[in-house]
Amino acid sequence: MKIAITAQNDRLDAEIDPRFGRCAYFIIFDTITKQFEAIQNPNQDARSGAGIQAGQFMIEKGIKKVLTGKVGPNAERVLKSAGIDIVTDLKKTVKEAIQSVE
Amino acid sequence: MIISIASGKGGTGKTMIAVSLAFSLSGATSKAVQLLDCDVEEPNAHIFVRPKISQKTPVSVLIPKIDKNRCNLCGRCAQICVYHALAVTTQEVLTFPELCHSCGACSYLCPQNAISEIEKKIGYIEKGDRDTLSFVHGKLNIGEMLAVPVIKAVKKYIDPFKINVVDSPPGTSCPVIETVHRSDFCVLVTEPTPFGLNDLILAIAAIRKLHIPFGVIINRCDLGNQETENYCQREKIPILLKIPFKKEIALAYSKGIPLIEAFPEYKPIFQRIYKLIENTKT
Repeated sequence: MKIAITAQNDRLDAEIDPRFGRCAYFIIFDTITKQFEAIQNPNQDARSGAGIQAGQFMIEKGIKKVLTGKVGPNAERVLKSAGIDIVTDLKKTVKEAIQSVE
Repeated sequence: MIISIASGKGGTGKTMIAVSLAFSLSGATSKAVQLLDCDVEEPNAHIFVRPKISQKTPVSVLIPKIDKNRCNLCGRCAQICVYHALAVTTQEVLTFPELCHSCGACSYLCPQNAISEIEKKIGYIEKGDRDTLSFVHGKLNIGEMLAVPVIKAVKKYIDPFKINVVDSPPGTSCPVIETVHRSDFCVLVTEPTPFGLNDLILAIAAIRKLHIPFGVIINRCDLGNQETENYCQREKIPILLKIPFKKEIALAYSKGIPLIEAFPEYKPIFQRIYKLIENTKT
């Protein structure tokens, strides 16, 4: 299963970025292969629709679960429609967030 | 004649000036006078004008509607939309009407012909009178983001045979540009503080790009510092009027009494400003 964690930089020991749509990086972690990939969020400074695009991006990447601080109402509509699990209020590091759901 | 009243900074006195100018001219010239409040997110001029509203018209925009029987979730619409007003999930196409700019691209380019456009009400226009003064304002519904379509609807009431005084929202963004566009003259209202000057300079940059002649009114002129006046002199910008900071002005204003009603001595001053503007135009 592929999960996405919003991160403040591109490493596993990065702190969670509390914003979903406007996070600095998405860390995409495969719970089977234990491999990860860090992708800079192209919509971090978008004028509007950042959350919608982030949600669309999760669908394209085949993500099944999102770990973050807070998800806005528009992004939530997109994620829920695609059946993606949302885990919010995470505060520690990406690594600890992954351990908490594995 | 179209005279817009704008400012960079908010709260400098645009509405006070717009209402005063309109009331000073109404009935005093051969031309009919009309006040149009384009600050559709928070129109306030009506508080001072107290018009008798005779007409209320809704303002609508077009938004996409998805025909689920035709849609095959190809995702083209979401790729096209630069405003991100559509998202295509594994189940459906989601629309976000508050982000839609009604460009129609999704409907036009959908390979399945699955998108039609439907009307959505985002606000309304009210038209009325107070004695000889005609009055129009627009109101954007709470929660709506696009002020420009409502401002455009207000501006449709501009009558080239009248003197049109147009009250603008603050700032320098799209709603302001839409409001002042095609004005014959723009009055920029500021206050002589560092914040007021900073935002005045931004507003002037925008007005100059639109090639609109303009002048400055300095409100609460005895507060702050000399920098705003120095700037106007350096840039050869006419200072049309300086209004001192007076408790009595604020008191009357807080009761919804227009400046020229509480202080009739301002009436000829505003009439002179109009003459000056008229001469600038020709």
